[in-house]
Amino acid sequence: MIERTPILNAVTYFIMFLGLLLILGPFWMIFAASTQSLAQVNTVPFNFMPGADFLHNLQAAWQRANLGPALFNSFVTSVLVMTGKIVVAALSAFAIVYFRSPLRHVFFWMVFLTLMLPLEVRVIPTYNIAADVFAPVRWLIQTLTGIELSLQWNLLNSYSGLVLPLIATATGTFLYRQFYMTLPDELAEAAKMDGARPWRFFIDILLPLSRTNMLALATIMFVYAWNQYLWPKLMTTEAEYRTAMVAMRTLVPSVNSLPEWNISMAGALIIMLPPLIVVAVLQRWFVRGLVSTEK
Amino acid sequence: MAEISIKDIRKSYGRTQILHGVDLNFKSGEFVVILGPSGCGKSTLLRMIAGLEEISSGEISIDGTVVNDLEPRDRGCSMVFQNYALYPHMSVAANIGYALKVAGVPRAERDRRIAETARIVGLEELLDRKPAQLSGGQRQRVAMGRAIIREPKVFLFDEPLSNLDAKLRVQMRVEIRRLHKRLSATSVFVTHDQVEAMTLADKLIVMNKGHVEQVGTPLEIYHRPRTRFVGSFIGSPAMNFFDSTVAPEGNFVLFDGIRVAIDPALGRDNAGKPVAAGIRPEHCRLVSAGTANSVPAIVDFVEELGSGRIVHVEIDGQNFAVAMDEGQLFEAGSSVGLQLPAEHIQLFSLETGLRLDDDVPALKRTIKTTVAA
Amino acid sequence: MAFLASDEEAEPVDLMNKRAVFKSWWLPIAFAMPQLLLIFFFFYWPATSVLTWAFSLEPAFGGVGERLFVGWDNFREVFADTEYWRSVSLSLLFAFGATALSMFIAFVLAICVDRQLKGSGLFRFFYIWPYAIAAPAVGLAFRFIFAPESGLIAVVNTWSPDLWNPAKFGSHAMILVVVCFAWKWIGYNFIFMTAGLQSIPRSLIEASAMDGSGPVRRAFDLQIPLLAPTLFFLLVLNLTESFVGPDTYGIVDLTTEGGPNKSTDVMVYRIVSEAFRGLNYSGAAAQSLVLIALIMLFTFIQFRYVERRVHYK
Repeated sequence: MIERTPILNAVTYFIMFLGLLLILGPFWMIFAASTQSLAQVNTVPFNFMPGADFLHNLQAAWQRANLGPALFNSFVTSVLVMTGKIVVAALSAFAIVYFRSPLRHVFFWMVFLTLMLPLEVRVIPTYNIAADVFAPVRWLIQTLTGIELSLQWNLLNSYSGLVLPLIATATGTFLYRQFYMTLPDELAEAAKMDGARPWRFFIDILLPLSRTNMLALATIMFVYAWNQYLWPKLMTTEAEYRTAMVAMRTLVPSVNSLPEWNISMAGALIIMLPPLIVVAVLQRWFVRGLVSTEK
Repeated sequence: MAEISIKDIRKSYGRTQILHGVDLNFKSGEFVVILGPSGCGKSTLLRMIAGLEEISSGEISIDGTVVNDLEPRDRGCSMVFQNYALYPHMSVAANIGYALKVAGVPRAERDRRIAETARIVGLEELLDRKPAQLSGGQRQRVAMGRAIIREPKVFLFDEPLSNLDAKLRVQMRVEIRRLHKRLSATSVFVTHDQVEAMTLADKLIVMNKGHVEQVGTPLEIYHRPRTRFVGSFIGSPAMNFFDSTVAPEGNFVLFDGIRVAIDPALGRDNAGKPVAAGIRPEHCRLVSAGTANSVPAIVDFVEELGSGRIVHVEIDGQNFAVAMDEGQLFEAGSSVGLQLPAEHIQLFSLETGLRLDDDVPALKRTIKTTVAA
Repeated sequence: MAFLASDEEAEPVDLMNKRAVFKSWWLPIAFAMPQLLLIFFFFYWPATSVLTWAFSLEPAFGGVGERLFVGWDNFREVFADTEYWRSVSLSLLFAFGATALSMFIAFVLAICVDRQLKGSGLFRFFYIWPYAIAAPAVGLAFRFIFAPESGLIAVVNTWSPDLWNPAKFGSHAMILVVVCFAWKWIGYNFIFMTAGLQSIPRSLIEASAMDGSGPVRRAFDLQIPLLAPTLFFLLVLNLTESFVGPDTYGIVDLTTEGGPNKSTDVMVYRIVSEAFRGLNYSGAAAQSLVLIALIMLFTFIQFRYVERRVHYK
């Protein structure tokens, strides 16, 4: 900093420590609670020292919420959303930026509009179409030709159902568009002079150059997908496809007996760990991805 | 080796017209330089030859084939870009060899040609480096290597030297010329630097505001600019101009009330016409004030060049540059006389800016005299 | 489209388009196809349904072709419901409360970290963490931390019973959900504010210091005005997210479930639960449309603003 102001620096540190307390305090409480016994966790005032029941609580939470399959489902879903989003975004941004067709603007606005309508407000019709994906196709064919088809595809309680609606938004597309726009025009021109066709240019030049971009998008998409709650909750009526986030609901302690917060917190700890690791370890990429998708 | 013929090429973006009908012919193996100020349409023209820019109307053919609708890869051109446009994630070797890879040339053959090209452009030691690890001059060489490896019929250069420092620029200029000699492909080189243009060109094309102002050898263009614009654009310092009217007798023009003699052959045909009279700084002479047939002038300031000097004088509020060898010193503020030899005064129409004696016999005559002088 | 004839080589200056493009009519369609299909099936088709449902009445699950067009009736019904207006005002309270709290804390922290004292990198590292935590997890954790009988705050109830009880008092419950949302979004707001502060050129700060301004003065005269676009963007985003965002739903669902006594029954939560539990599709759709209109208004304002900012650059 520019000037020496010991008092101001002390104030700054003081505020920053307060902030740290505010941010890390809850994390510590979750952790401390998850290590305590039922009696300990319910003592008032709260005892901040960790107890000895950590493993026991983890185990109890694991069983109660059936976390094995749930974590696996979350993991599969997140990785699929992540990859799907990257592929779809890289391709469609390529179409928007590197071709000049009259449909381009229409497409751009169609994608842009998807930002306007979060899943929460269209969740029922989305649920309906997930239950019967080909409904619009049948409707279209019937109105056009009068033929009634019996085409059916039900996505409820399946990975496709968990993944596809989450890919159908614009975030990644705009990140990629932004990135392509920053590349100098001459790069594509040089490739054209070298004889590269669009597909070739995409594979040989754009993809390798967008590696950091890809990583940034991957981190934010992983966190986004892992933390999905409403959609998986609605569409996984069978326990088999339940994700970890949905399983969290089963960890809310019942009101009738002494609340087992130690087990709840142990479960919460497990469930929130993967995205936390991504953000902590890949923070650089995560921040970059976040900042550039919102421009 | 390829001839390029450009017929009535026009380009417009929306309502703004960038090129207003350009007709040019480049001979096979020629080194053509297109020179002009920013925004004159020279790069657009080059990019149209390359196939990177749509042609609004007109026709470009290479070796007799109309290429208007051909993709860049099918035109047999290669291009060196102003910012080099190297692929940042590829090594020097991969950059140079990319065109061959795309064309499906087998690995061994490719490696052989990369090595050969690297030798020509002097990059043998650097083949494994990434562009970010190279100096400006080295990047320039990679860009050239990438252009020559395909053995194109036509080389296109889009201000390739403008990102280099002055010293490297001179060096690369020489190398480009040497390379051209060796490969003998038709080269089209776009620049706004007149020194580059004069030194490189077999054929020099001067453009302004989307029109071709003049086509010729560098010497023709220097000594017989076809328009007032060309005269003022080429040469440093620029040609001096003063507006006047040719006397009815056709043997002089008036400058600051003084009679300045002109070539009678030139004046006779244009008697009474309003003209812009131009003369190059090196053709003006400074004499002591009051000398007969001299225009009185005040010395404004003097630029020393070492090998000579440029004296800026003022006449009736108008600046005139006079280039001289070393010799007499002039002090700022002193009165002098300016002599303008009749044989060096060139006349341009005041309305159209066109040279008044723009015909072939006159051209030959002047070239003889200038070469003799 | 911007157009500058005097620019180098008179190329059109165009922020939206590339100069170098490939020519093909079917390739872009092919490249865009996956996205097109996805947004058609999972966005446009459902969105159209919302629209039709809002203006019609339909028997519950399975009724096909018997939709009855009822014009604005569904809206009238929704607007006539006092519960709805209560939900709207709760949403407003929630959105503005959470946004103000989150942005204020994030801003103070960002300004402190931006002073780049020794070790501030470490603080920054941790300040981002809350964004990684899913809203339901935040909800569950804070439900514990703010529980009336255990956790951090329970101690106040030993001084006097029911001094704090979000399960019993609506206002306490509202404070709880606001705190959850604000805490989670501190991370996000902090990221953008730090990025915004970093993009202020150091030389500007130094010039201002040469002019004799102190750090606090600089914050008000230099950093806040220059950060204004970022702050505005965050304001709009926080409001939108807290109005309709998934986080709001997740937090409410894991902490209060809209209660006690519907005192945290914010619009998003109400729409989803009405549609699913009450099976009132048309009412939910009408409410959704009202929300969508709000989001569009926000986005429109933001878009105009952002556009202008681009032109200043």
